[in-house]
Amino acid sequence: MALSREEVEHIARLARLGITEADKDKFCDQLSNILEQFQTLEEVDTNNVLPTAQVTDRQNSMREDNILPSLPQDAVLSNAPWREQEYFRVRAVLEE
Amino acid sequence: MVVSQTTKNIDYETVIGLEVHVQLSTKSKMYCSCSAAYSSAPPNTHVCPVCLGLPGSLPVINKQAVEYTMMMGLALNCNIAEHSHFDRKSYPYPDLMKGFQISQYDAPLAYGGWIDIETEQVVNRIRITRVHLEEDVSKLLHQTNSLGEIYSLVDVNRSGVPLMEVVSEPDIRSPEEARHYLMTLHSIVRYLGISTGNMEEGSFRCDANISIRERGTTRSNNKVEVKNMNSFKAVYQALSFEAQRQRELVQKGEHISMETRGWVDNKEITVSQRSKEYAHDYRYFPEPDLPPLVIERNWVTEIQKNMPELAQQKRDRFVEQYGLSLYDASLLTESRALADYFETCLKSPALQNLPKQKAAKELSNWLLGEFNRLLNLSNIDITRTKITPQMMGELIVFANDNIINISSGKVVLEVMFQTGKIAKDIIAEMNLARIGDTSAIDEIVKQAIQANPDAVADYKRGKEQALKFLVGQVMRISKGRADAKITAEIIKQNLIEGE
Amino acid sequence: MTRAVLERINKVEPAVHSFITVTEDIALKQAEKADELLCKEETTPLTGIPVLIKDVMCTQGTRTTCASRMLENFIPPYNATVVEKLNQCGTVMVGKSNMDEFAMGSSTENSAFFPTHNPWDVDRVPGGSSGGSAAAIAADEALFALGSDTGGSIRQPAGFCSVVGLKPTYGRVSRFGLVAFASSLDQIGPFTKDITDCALVLNAIAGQDSRDSTSSPRPVPDYTRALIPDLHGIRLGVPQEFFGAGIQPDVREILESAIKKLEELGASINRDISLPHTRYALAVYYIIAPSEASTNLARYDGVKYGFSYRDAETMWDNMDATRQFGFGPEVKRRIMLGTYALSAGYYDAYYLKAQKVRTLIREDYARAFEKCDALITPSSPSVPFKLGEKVDDPLQMYLSDICTIPANIAGIPGISIPAGFSDGLPVGMQIMAPQFGEEILLRTAFAYEQATEWHLKKPQVKL
Repeated sequence: MALSREEVEHIARLARLGITEADKDKFCDQLSNILEQFQTLEEVDTNNVLPTAQVTDRQNSMREDNILPSLPQDAVLSNAPWREQEYFRVRAVLEE
Repeated sequence: MVVSQTTKNIDYETVIGLEVHVQLSTKSKMYCSCSAAYSSAPPNTHVCPVCLGLPGSLPVINKQAVEYTMMMGLALNCNIAEHSHFDRKSYPYPDLMKGFQISQYDAPLAYGGWIDIETEQVVNRIRITRVHLEEDVSKLLHQTNSLGEIYSLVDVNRSGVPLMEVVSEPDIRSPEEARHYLMTLHSIVRYLGISTGNMEEGSFRCDANISIRERGTTRSNNKVEVKNMNSFKAVYQALSFEAQRQRELVQKGEHISMETRGWVDNKEITVSQRSKEYAHDYRYFPEPDLPPLVIERNWVTEIQKNMPELAQQKRDRFVEQYGLSLYDASLLTESRALADYFETCLKSPALQNLPKQKAAKELSNWLLGEFNRLLNLSNIDITRTKITPQMMGELIVFANDNIINISSGKVVLEVMFQTGKIAKDIIAEMNLARIGDTSAIDEIVKQAIQANPDAVADYKRGKEQALKFLVGQVMRISKGRADAKITAEIIKQNLIEGE
Repeated sequence: MTRAVLERINKVEPAVHSFITVTEDIALKQAEKADELLCKEETTPLTGIPVLIKDVMCTQGTRTTCASRMLENFIPPYNATVVEKLNQCGTVMVGKSNMDEFAMGSSTENSAFFPTHNPWDVDRVPGGSSGGSAAAIAADEALFALGSDTGGSIRQPAGFCSVVGLKPTYGRVSRFGLVAFASSLDQIGPFTKDITDCALVLNAIAGQDSRDSTSSPRPVPDYTRALIPDLHGIRLGVPQEFFGAGIQPDVREILESAIKKLEELGASINRDISLPHTRYALAVYYIIAPSEASTNLARYDGVKYGFSYRDAETMWDNMDATRQFGFGPEVKRRIMLGTYALSAGYYDAYYLKAQKVRTLIREDYARAFEKCDALITPSSPSVPFKLGEKVDDPLQMYLSDICTIPANIAGIPGISIPAGFSDGLPVGMQIMAPQFGEEILLRTAFAYEQATEWHLKKPQVKL
């Protein structure tokens, strides 16, 4: 199961990971190797097997519609890398 | 993609499917206990680790939001899922705090419903694909500063506000029908009391998928997604524009590209926002932090039992029970608040001595006429009016018993509306009781005749208009209190006698 | 006691590197408060006890880095539920421990700051990802520590450092405030010097939390009551799949003598236990965990907190660069892997398939627990390996979790306890029990511990 460079680029873009040319080669190799190991799963007959998404014993875990205090505004913004007044600031969001 | 070159006379039909996002009016947010009332809050004050997407935070489902969505599902004749769960929908964007939205993918709370939409006496059934629950995103405020830098500011207050999405099948065939469909959904959420439905504030928003196809075929051209429609009118205009644009393209033999277009309200056009060539890959998978929902049927029954009557049912009942015209009943049930006010008035002690259908008819006339005018003029919501149902009932009884005439009644209503005083006091203070006593009227008539010899002369020459003028003069002198019928009779008598 | 621990930290840290942050000021303040409580006799068994918290759990006002450049300066405005619970017990936080970045790794070499060294042999790794917590307990830098375990991150390092490490049942301990790696697998648990301490800490941190929807409403028993030094009537299973070719011979031998000891203590041993899907557990894990992680780590975009690259022209380029420079290689590898496994066209073959095999693995365990009360396996297939030995070979590194991964997949509890040494290097024994079977697990471990002296051995840290 070899991964192409184009696929690596596509995945990196979906994941919003900047990668260098060298990274691309490395990921091609390493991810292809790992995916090859995953091939073993193909031997398992999973017809009529339901998927397990989680292993909790719970269902209908809900809360009542009550308001609790929010964080103080300063605490919300305390870790902001770029702040302007009471807001987080980012560069203009332009469509790609 | 087959594009016919000779398409001049081909008849096209429009195919529209709508996705409607409704902010639910819960007290707290979808997955945390921050207040959901974000619209007038200072920026970043309704924020906690969960809705800010801080590392380590975990979501907890708001039960009220689930129940609201079930109500909507039931109102739209949907099946309520026995097993439902939430999914992560991944798309990086700076307004999406976790980098994914907790939404529902393959197990929505409600699915497979329909509603009937009546457009110009034609009823069309629109199938509802699904109703599911998700969360709203933060607000990006676009800025340009004095240095000319363009950037965005992020306010997280809206992040995590419950959003219910209603997806229709592409069963809508015209912009007008789309508008009606939306208005019907809007009426339902208002009747259910699950959303403010405020379109300008974004509590009720709509995206459309629209394509055209040759009538009688099932193969559509590429569909276009239209966004940024912030009013019912905008939906109608944007879809009309888009349908026309697509027809023209096809007629010119051009390709319709699959894309997202935004409606620009002040220019009344749609413009391309982004092409779908690089399609989103949302990578949905079940949200591991939220255990599944198993919806027992008795829970559904309980909710069904507590569902309020919806507009159409109420309209039909008003016709049946009160003998109102379909037209009046429709107007009265346009908003639940007005319909409720109408029925509370009818139940007020004041109106118990009138025959029910008579009371309903009178009341309906007052509410849809003068009262409605006053509400619109002052921009006051009916739920805030100073006129209690009992006060309204008393006014109607005074009018019906001929204690006051119609024009005085309007004055009483207006004063009542402004001051909250009861009709009896207003009538006494302003001396508005109808004058029915013939000798009292006779006196005023004599004044009027004396003051208007020209009119008298005209009447005698056979001008019927002059009689109306004289009645008007009597009304002016009596401040509208004189009984109009009696006045006319007495004027005639006086003029005959005077010959 | 706090001062003694702080002194010990100063002494051995240059050799062990267990701590990312030493919180001396907080420790002294909390110790003072604990003294007051002790005077007033308003105490719990943990009052005044120095604890080390893995740097993946949020501590209000104290930076929480996840051993990542991305969160190097991140100071949470809230406490994890476990931290809150410990504070209520009057514990004394001495610091935040080193780990593999975002808990992704098996050697603590993936820390963005520095690797932690094994106190038993400072040229070797302490295991991971909770290597800092494990090494610190072995080196007496705290009396107990908290770790998190997604595929063995508590049990494997506990084995490597010859301390007790418990991964409770999924849902037993609240995850609120635990920075998520793989949400359906993550669980917080204690590192302690012995089983009694382990039971005491579990008593303190277990229980339902309204802020974690997956936490269980089951009542929390007093786990110290399970500490019975006798195994008569206990049926132990020895699954053949955990004693095959992938396991080092010396590890196998040590486990065999441990099993003999358990038998002497009264347990019946059943070697006819099979968990046939065990060989698929690694693949299942390395699909499910990165898939969940790829979304859990999507929030690090440089907008709200953490590292933020700002020199690019556009928001998107900034975001890409923030993640490029903020994450280390193993984290990026797993984000890539998970994004791929969930992407259009591959979801069914990878993620969905893994979920189905997860079901089969759970069923294996359910069947096994019909025939026995607990399972005995090694905690890892080898003794601690050398620093640098496996960094360039991700697959080899992944294999060192082969014994511990299945418990996370099945959601069951597992404990690693000291079981002996091979050439002076620790070997851990893992005991697994059915969901919420912590009591049987603690009883078995306690009986073994009382009958052996491995837990009393101390490393001579080469300074």
